[in-house]
Amino acid sequence: MAFGRSSRTGAMHAVSPVEPLTLKILVAGGFGVGKTTLVSAVSEIRPLRTEEQLSEPGIGIDDTQGVEGKSTTTVAMDFGRITLREDLVLYLFGTPGQDRFWFLWDELAQGSLGAVVLADTRRLADCFAAVDYFERREIPFVVAVNCFEDADHHPVVTVREALDLDPGVPVLLCDARDRESVKDVLVGVVEHAMSLARARRRSLSAGA
Amino acid sequence: MSDPGQDQHPARTPSGEGPAAPDHPHWFDDDAGPVVRPYAMTRGRTSHAGQHRLDLIALVVAESAADDPVWDMTLAPEHAHILGLCRGRPQSVAELAADLDLAIGVVRVLIGDLVDDELVHVTRPVPPAELPDESILREVIDGLRAL
Repeated sequence: MAFGRSSRTGAMHAVSPVEPLTLKILVAGGFGVGKTTLVSAVSEIRPLRTEEQLSEPGIGIDDTQGVEGKSTTTVAMDFGRITLREDLVLYLFGTPGQDRFWFLWDELAQGSLGAVVLADTRRLADCFAAVDYFERREIPFVVAVNCFEDADHHPVVTVREALDLDPGVPVLLCDARDRESVKDVLVGVVEHAMSLARARRRSLSAGA
Repeated sequence: MSDPGQDQHPARTPSGEGPAAPDHPHWFDDDAGPVVRPYAMTRGRTSHAGQHRLDLIALVVAESAADDPVWDMTLAPEHAHILGLCRGRPQSVAELAADLDLAIGVVRVLIGDLVDDELVHVTRPVPPAELPDESILREVIDGLRAL
């Protein structure tokens, strides 16, 4: 059996090397909003880049004139790693920015704890699509407003209204370069995921 | 996969006359799909038989049989590279792809080969579409705060 994991409560020490539990959080947002910066701020490794070669018919809508029909494109995803404990590792994945690669998001999103939608108040519209995506798939997410120095500091309420967010979705202000700030954002994602899971369980048991 | 026999396709006449002979000669027909160079390493295989798609954070763990140095001589360089990395500590699919500088799809096939050879096994992360236990989520929060 190729799949499976030794029990967390079982004799972890008997197995060498330790097989950690791996978890992931996605970092989405428009191009240049600071996704890789955010990942770098907390990752124990320099953000790595992984690529996928695509030959999907869907990329035909790419506006590269003269390359009609099938072609191949490389999509890059930056990611970082945080070893929380020897047996617990969290990966952060920056999602590919372009909308047309969203079919890749599905794979990234599967099994993820939740997501950060990083927003820039100067270009709030850039994250509409990401908000939409996570809402539709009921993936827990928080909106983190990256407070660029030269940007106006909009109050959280304004951002919430502009994005037409569900009242339950946390909106946080952050500095994507700052480790402590990013830690707070990630804790926010996990706490939000936890409260959503609790609410879902409650409604399930109430409906039964 | 393009058939070498197609080199003799009548459309590719040396004279290059007529509308059927454009500037870019057709080496394969459209139905064959694009030839994707990175997958030459997997001999054209884009997926692995009987194996589901490995998650990016699935961990590849070396089996004890992998410690035999003979594998470094007998395996293809990419397979040996993956095995070498996994001997140090378990590696996620994403990390392996980044380290080898290969497309994820290619690395998935190569990992599948090593699973077949029983040199590695793959641990699946959290079951798809399921959130881990609340106790694990708490451990994550505590771990993040303690960083």
